[in-house]
Amino acid sequence: MAQLKRFLAGTMALCVAGSLMTACGGSDDSSSSGGSTASKSGDSAAANSVADVSAADTEKLTEENVGKKYNIYCWNTEFQSRFETYYWPNRDEALWDGVEVNWVINPNDDNNYQTKLDEALGKQSAEGGDDNVDMFLVEADYCQKYVTSDACLDVIGEIGLTKDDMKDQYAYTQEAMTDGNGTLKGVSWQATPGLFLYNTEYAKQVLGTDDPAEVQAAVADWDKFAETAQKMKDAGIFMVSGFDDTYRCFSNNVAGPWVQDGKVVVDPQIKAWVDQTKEYTDAGYNNKTSLWDDAWTAGQKIDGKVFGYFFSTWGIPFTLLPNTLDKSADEGGEMAEGNGGYGKWKACEGPQAYFWGGTWLCGAFGSDNIAITRDIMLKLTCDADIMAQITETEQDYTNNKAAIQKLIDAGYSNPFLGGQDHLSLLSAAAENINMNGKLSPYDQGCNEEFQGAMKDYFTGNAASYEDALATFKTNITTKYGDLSMD
Amino acid sequence: MKKKTISYAKWGYIFLIPFFVVYFIFSFLPLIQTFGYSFLDYVVSQGSVKSIRNPGGGADTIINNGFCGFENYANVLKSDGLFTLSFKNTVVLWLVGFIPQIIVSLLLASWFTDIRLKLKAQGFFKTVIYLPNVIMASALSLLFYSLFTQGGALDDLLGNPVLLTKIGGARGIVGFINFLMWYGNTTILLMAAMMGIDTSLYEAAQIDGANPSQVFWQITMPLIKPILAYVLVTSMIGGLQMYDVPYLIGGTAGNPAGVLKTLVSQIQLGKNSSIGAVSALSVLVFIVSAILGFITLKIMDDQSIKTRYGKKKKK
Amino acid sequence: MARIEGIAGESDSRTQIMVRRIIAYVVLVLLVIMSLLPFYLLLINATRGKVQPGIQFYPSTLFFKNIGKIFGETYKAYYGSFGRAFFNSVFVSGLNTILSVYFSALTAYAIHVYDFRLKKAIHTFILIIMMVPTQAAAIGLYRQLVNMNLTNSFIPLTIPGIAAPAVYFFMIQYMASSLPLEIVEAARMDGCGEFKTFNTIILPILKPALAVQGIFVFVGSWNNLFLPQMLLDEQSKKTIPVILQIIKANIASNPMDADAGLMNMFMVLAILPVVVIYLLLSKNIVGGVSLGAVKG
Repeated sequence: MAQLKRFLAGTMALCVAGSLMTACGGSDDSSSSGGSTASKSGDSAAANSVADVSAADTEKLTEENVGKKYNIYCWNTEFQSRFETYYWPNRDEALWDGVEVNWVINPNDDNNYQTKLDEALGKQSAEGGDDNVDMFLVEADYCQKYVTSDACLDVIGEIGLTKDDMKDQYAYTQEAMTDGNGTLKGVSWQATPGLFLYNTEYAKQVLGTDDPAEVQAAVADWDKFAETAQKMKDAGIFMVSGFDDTYRCFSNNVAGPWVQDGKVVVDPQIKAWVDQTKEYTDAGYNNKTSLWDDAWTAGQKIDGKVFGYFFSTWGIPFTLLPNTLDKSADEGGEMAEGNGGYGKWKACEGPQAYFWGGTWLCGAFGSDNIAITRDIMLKLTCDADIMAQITETEQDYTNNKAAIQKLIDAGYSNPFLGGQDHLSLLSAAAENINMNGKLSPYDQGCNEEFQGAMKDYFTGNAASYEDALATFKTNITTKYGDLSMD
Repeated sequence: MKKKTISYAKWGYIFLIPFFVVYFIFSFLPLIQTFGYSFLDYVVSQGSVKSIRNPGGGADTIINNGFCGFENYANVLKSDGLFTLSFKNTVVLWLVGFIPQIIVSLLLASWFTDIRLKLKAQGFFKTVIYLPNVIMASALSLLFYSLFTQGGALDDLLGNPVLLTKIGGARGIVGFINFLMWYGNTTILLMAAMMGIDTSLYEAAQIDGANPSQVFWQITMPLIKPILAYVLVTSMIGGLQMYDVPYLIGGTAGNPAGVLKTLVSQIQLGKNSSIGAVSALSVLVFIVSAILGFITLKIMDDQSIKTRYGKKKKK
Repeated sequence: MARIEGIAGESDSRTQIMVRRIIAYVVLVLLVIMSLLPFYLLLINATRGKVQPGIQFYPSTLFFKNIGKIFGETYKAYYGSFGRAFFNSVFVSGLNTILSVYFSALTAYAIHVYDFRLKKAIHTFILIIMMVPTQAAAIGLYRQLVNMNLTNSFIPLTIPGIAAPAVYFFMIQYMASSLPLEIVEAARMDGCGEFKTFNTIILPILKPALAVQGIFVFVGSWNNLFLPQMLLDEQSKKTIPVILQIIKANIASNPMDADAGLMNMFMVLAILPVVVIYLLLSKNIVGGVSLGAVKG
């Protein structure tokens, strides 16, 4: 009965609130789009318990920690597995003297993750509390939304990392997370430069060589790429698998972001992707697949009739490798040449530098466990030894130039890529990534909806580019009601 | 005697309290609120986060320009508006599933009830055809997606037409999944209706030399009309709510050519941001379904209301 | 009978029936294959590895490995204990089912047995709202539940079952056909209170209808993702479909932890209880689906 009363009380309040909302009309002055107050780190530092602790001083961890629960918001288990393997390897030992780590995982489809995160951040109490978000993760496609907000703690001023701690990180990983005032809002453990991975058997058959340098010469720019595609086609091989494969090459090299002054803008580079893909589709250079589909995956078999795939660092060990094997590790397949395409793929730079993916760690304002945040960031994004270890065991390209250089110097070779040292290629590519002025908070929806709408143009279901673009316009302005498009 | 009835009447009201209290809180209030939103120029920006450090002031993610009359309705009802497109799609997708469903179900029901056919193992068949209904729609959709996607088993079998990228193919596959989930249910409903028909009617028809199809069209069909109407309308209601199957097959874009965008998928698309427009869409869905509800009521009027509750009947 | 057939031409009619019977069996067998195919493929996929290119029609070797994964440490760290999610689902679906059938029966009983002024209006009202999809009010609902502080709570997942118009509709149809008012009157003569009459005398009579609607509501609730996904953040509160969503998210966005074999095994385990309950009750269901609707 008490519960019932609470219900009723709640609903009454709601009715009142509802009628108020309807009544108060002209509150248009509150119209906002993004660029909120990038607060000066000064006013807020007092509210937090960040003292001038030296970054390495992790012993003080427990003294500073008020909260008993450390809440991490993310959308899948990727960071959790990093965390458990490299930050907390000994699971029998208590973490942080009894502070409990709590993973809040909300899948990202339909913007579900962001909705949940925003809801939680909205309830964040400045005094701290065990329900407060302590750390949350963001992706490149929407990191700007949080960078421009005051929800993130200043990595240097508030969390207490120093520039020196982060000196080996790639510049672009910091630029992406720096707001208009030059405040760094998040750090990453990975860099995600991309390469062009090719099937060496087809390279030998059609180009007469599988040497990375010579293959690179055959795909050095889009003109050469198309020439090679024609040769492949004549040999009955698709140059790329489907529509989306080259997308990131173009979308990472745009002149401006998707959204400018509340308007959705299709960059010439994006349009170039549409034209190219339409051309390739009509010419039969691709197999008309979509990313992650069965046919897309099947092309990664060594006799899959597809010459190459654009993969970022993580795509090589986690996608290409399992997809090209005949017998998986679970089924007792050996990780050695002879098992499907193992050892028969190689990498080259490809026609255009690009990156794909990327995840950043942000400390949340209102966290009462900032020392823990600092410690996690130090160990998982700055510590050269741990980073080198991650790259070696997981083959994930870590965000630490020194660690990578050390591996290259030690004569790194990847048996899956036939012994090639692809780290050198990645490391060169990573230096070339520039994200300045290319990101908007709406990129996730824009990329998804644009690729979805254009698929109709490629398959011929939309009569023209303009028709497909009209579909994109409807979808994007519904998904993001505050945007418009010409 | 009369007094007694009156004293019992209060129990009728008392027993209705839980239903109405719960309905009021969890269905009616949200509906009213949705209704309210539909008249507001109301958008939530997905490109920013509400200020935490300065909760009172700072930028807000909610852009509420107040009352805007029927503007939202006008927008979604435009020729290329959210309602217009997705309503048509929803109706087509529903028909593609419902037509084979009703045909197959009628056929099966008439076989199961045919006194001369004497089918064996009826219990087994009835149980199995119902079974797909218990699987999650999402699991079914994923399976069918991988069967029909380029290079999928059935796609290979058909010679790689990649039906999922063809307008008719995609509609057909969604329709088929809906068919598979519901034909068992419909069969059993129709069968029960047919079993209620007086067998002497069939015997009489037989004496007159009627063939099975004549018996079906001239005796069975007219007599099961009410239940047929019930099946039709409940299926329509289910159709109006269609969401996960087309979404998992066609993504948010409803590929190919947006024909897999349904009313509810559009509500889902805009629910985090275009609150005003999507609320108007929701209200339209409500109106359409209430009209359908009213029609059902009219069709079933005789049985469910008038005879039973309209006037007192002596037993 | 024999004479009639004799008149119509005995042999002719017999072959005709034979042909029709064969057609019927062929169609039925095809439908059975179609209906069982998804279950079969799901089982096969549950024996396969992390990456599953294409459909396969014969089992692989990883059945036990996949089961082992679900009850293993890594799974537990990522998705929480399977037992917990299972329990949550059983609790939510079970309570929702009980509330739904009990209170719908009570509501129907109120309309069926008592005479009061608003009776017809209320019956009409419930039938009309029966048709309104839940999504029509979704926008308002989420905000309201947040304001009522009912996120991460099982209350909005169970209590609304009390107002289930479709179950009510079924119940009242059933009562019309199988609940003579004389029973109620007889109970009154014996001095039995109204509420007690309903609980001890009426409910047992309604058993078949309760069973049929019970399984429907249970299946619907068991497979429900919409509201739980919207409301449940805490891992210890998540239900089976919400966990399935996270496993799927890994397949879509985290290739390192993507595991299709695990996902399919999870789906098998998730569907299993519903299938078992269904098969156990199938006699009631197949017989009972029609109970209410037809006799109205």
